[in-house]
Amino acid sequence: MTAREEILRRINVALAGATAQPVPRAYRVAGELDRDGRVALFRRRVEDYGGVVLESAAPGETIAAVLAERGARRIGVSPDLDEALLPVGVEVVADDRLTPRQLDALDGALTTCAAACAETGTIALDGGPGQGRRALTLVPDLHVCVVRRDDVVETVPELLARLEASARAGRPIVLVSGPSATSDIELTRVEGVHGPRRLVVVLVDRPPA
Amino acid sequence: MRELAARSARPVAFPSAAEAAVTDEQTRTNVRLAQDTIRARRVAVAAELDDWEALRDAGAALRDRSLSRLRDLLPLLEDRVTRSGGVVHWARDAEEANEIVVRVARAAGAREVLKVKSLTTDEIGLNAALERAGLRPLETDLAELVCQLADERPSHLLVPAIHKNRTEIRDLFRERLGLEELTDEPRELAEAARAHLRAAFLRAKVAISGANAAVAETGTVCVVESEGNGRMCTTLADTLITVMGIEKVVAEWRDLEVLLQLLPRSATGERMNPYTSLWTGVREGDGPRAFHLVLLDAGRTRALADPVARPVLRCIRCSACINACPVYRQTGGHAYHTVYAGPIGAILEPQLAGPRGQPGSLPFASSLCGACADVCPVRIDIPGLLVHERGRVVRSERQGLEGASLRLLGRVFASRERYERAQRLARRLQRPAVREGRVRWFVGPLAGWGSSRELPAVPPQTFREWWADRDRA
Amino acid sequence: MRVALFVTCLADTLAPGVGRAAVTVLERLGLGVDFPREQTCCGQLHWNAGYADEATALAARFGEVFADAEVIVTPSGSCAGHVREHVPTLVPRVAHVAARTFELSQLLVERLGVEDVGSTYAGRLTYHPTCHSLRLLRVGDAPERLLRAVPGVELAELPEATECCGFGGMFSVKNAAVSSAMLAAKLDAIASSGADAVCACDASCLLHIGGGLERRGSPVRAVHLAEVLAG
Repeated sequence: MTAREEILRRINVALAGATAQPVPRAYRVAGELDRDGRVALFRRRVEDYGGVVLESAAPGETIAAVLAERGARRIGVSPDLDEALLPVGVEVVADDRLTPRQLDALDGALTTCAAACAETGTIALDGGPGQGRRALTLVPDLHVCVVRRDDVVETVPELLARLEASARAGRPIVLVSGPSATSDIELTRVEGVHGPRRLVVVLVDRPPA
Repeated sequence: MRELAARSARPVAFPSAAEAAVTDEQTRTNVRLAQDTIRARRVAVAAELDDWEALRDAGAALRDRSLSRLRDLLPLLEDRVTRSGGVVHWARDAEEANEIVVRVARAAGAREVLKVKSLTTDEIGLNAALERAGLRPLETDLAELVCQLADERPSHLLVPAIHKNRTEIRDLFRERLGLEELTDEPRELAEAARAHLRAAFLRAKVAISGANAAVAETGTVCVVESEGNGRMCTTLADTLITVMGIEKVVAEWRDLEVLLQLLPRSATGERMNPYTSLWTGVREGDGPRAFHLVLLDAGRTRALADPVARPVLRCIRCSACINACPVYRQTGGHAYHTVYAGPIGAILEPQLAGPRGQPGSLPFASSLCGACADVCPVRIDIPGLLVHERGRVVRSERQGLEGASLRLLGRVFASRERYERAQRLARRLQRPAVREGRVRWFVGPLAGWGSSRELPAVPPQTFREWWADRDRA
Repeated sequence: MRVALFVTCLADTLAPGVGRAAVTVLERLGLGVDFPREQTCCGQLHWNAGYADEATALAARFGEVFADAEVIVTPSGSCAGHVREHVPTLVPRVAHVAARTFELSQLLVERLGVEDVGSTYAGRLTYHPTCHSLRLLRVGDAPERLLRAVPGVELAELPEATECCGFGGMFSVKNAAVSSAMLAAKLDAIASSGADAVCACDASCLLHIGGGLERRGSPVRAVHLAEVLAG
């Protein structure tokens, strides 16, 4: 008998007579806030966990200023990032299968996101347009993420509903809530470990062209 | 070589290990401070959600439902992962799982394997197996790294180095990483870990993770973490091996909307942990080129077969019960001599390891105060299951004097005449040991009581004697 | 209304004053008190220790002894908790008896709506919510409401009040070292409350706490809620 057969047999024996009961889902699924309320909450929650949130009518300029302030001269982007978001005065490197070392040599990464969740201050990346592959938002020490106000949902169930199609399509998903952190030393939260130590969210209104 | 698989070590009875642990003032201070911090954070973020209790109801029910459908969900998960280019392995026990991992890692040409903190791999003693095979496991979670450098066992599910304070970690890093200038600022210590592991991440060939959950219908594996070491391992390595207990599977994508609220708030007291990675098989141009999922039984089906104990498999390893536990507060995690410490360990270990795996003293390492059940996000009746495990121990092991006494007491209580006679007998027999209404000699089982407490003697008149007198008057 | 007193084996044998105090309180409120003499033990000790057979036999016996009682009252949170929460599972046919069983403060506040029982007291008290009254029985703040209504009671806050005192029945002897460490933390908290007495709803926990206070040579006394309410 293979291990597979053996385990499935053990399960069959163990569960003889067991029945599957329905799951009560009385928890909150839909949020109640309007768009401004969601965005304001999202902002507070990202800031709570050490992220920086900027609101911008002119993303290209805001992003350029963010990068300049943080001394980032070379940044990585996904090859399909909207050109309207590209900052001036910075060297932009398209991530065309850069090696981990090449990614490590970048000063930061600039991406969009799939959706964001206000209640938890989370941004979700699913490899869609402008988001790049997972390594791009992981190895460089600074992550600048452009979030459309319309893409901010209120609750975790709403966020996961937005990501369901990507999951079914087998696309990898990463949920990011603030910069990397650890609470391993006396449970004191320290922001900045292996993942990007700085996270900047730029809130924009219109979809970039 | 460090024995990570605590079970393979000689079982140590909890009372004697605890006796030593309660004298370790440094560890107890560290544990107490850490517990206070995390308890307060959990309470605060749970209170933020007015549907918290409804989430717990859903969490308990969806875990139960998934467990009852394991027979269908595991093949479904296998199918989804395989269709997305992953390879699924099945392992009946620890040995089989270790063999699979070693074989895959060797085939991938690795000498060094990166590890994401994983209780399941601790449970099966994977690191020792890798070392025996000539492979070097490198723990990448900060606290696991601390334990690995210190050559110590983890003492907490979530914060494995909770028993160490910042100064102890600084001294360890100074010594083992050669960083003599290091201060004990947590920020600086975290930076030291970053610098130490950076190169290893960038050259990673093989990485090994556990899984917090896997969604059968989509084939999605989920790893929840904070530091980014999990993302590094699951993204940068050429080959990723995930070892997952079969009980971790859930049926539907939307089950994650419940677990991803319950877990971070119960575990670290955060609204959401910094990073959650979700992937299905392999993805061309993004992440590892090979993905192996090892589905591990190792005692899960034993727990599944016991309808009373089955809910222990709901556990999502948040460790809220450990943080709430007043016993753990006094002893820390090492006294349990198990991978899973604290209240959950005392009911999970006997199931996973089987009757001979651990000392029968573990289910008794609780005052049954119930603080654990109050915080469990998936509503496991931990005190009830402790009592259930106690029953198994009592039935299967010789209980000596204690068993004889309790059985005798059962007979005494079964008859009013015997009970009243016993009261009078106790009053007479105690005479040599009593002075001024207090028991003065603590012998036999009473020695433990007498170590810190006085005991009143049976008074001249029991309540029922007083009542009888009053009735007559 | 008549109530049947389940005094508990522990109070009967080692702390009869608790039972006498409970009778005083109940009679002062005009209740008729019965004491079914056949009663012994509810089986909690055996249940917690893993001796299910003995616990089941004693649960059945409890149900028979109190079968005719309209209301059963006990000055013990853990025994009431055991009877209400475990006995019906062990012996379903006596579930109705279990449902009529109340811990003293629960009976007074929840069932009878009484908070002022007409007692007086002089001193600074701190209240320790015992685990089973708090988490198994969920008596809430009933004991504190009763204490606040007693003229002369000054209620001092107990730090880390909901932390277990470390008694736990057999736990106190099987794991004496941990039990003693938990007790030490509780005694420190009691000392820092500044109270001259610690009050609880369980004679068993009080035996342990009181025994610890005495061993330390502390002037703080351990008193049962019933004893305060009987004053």
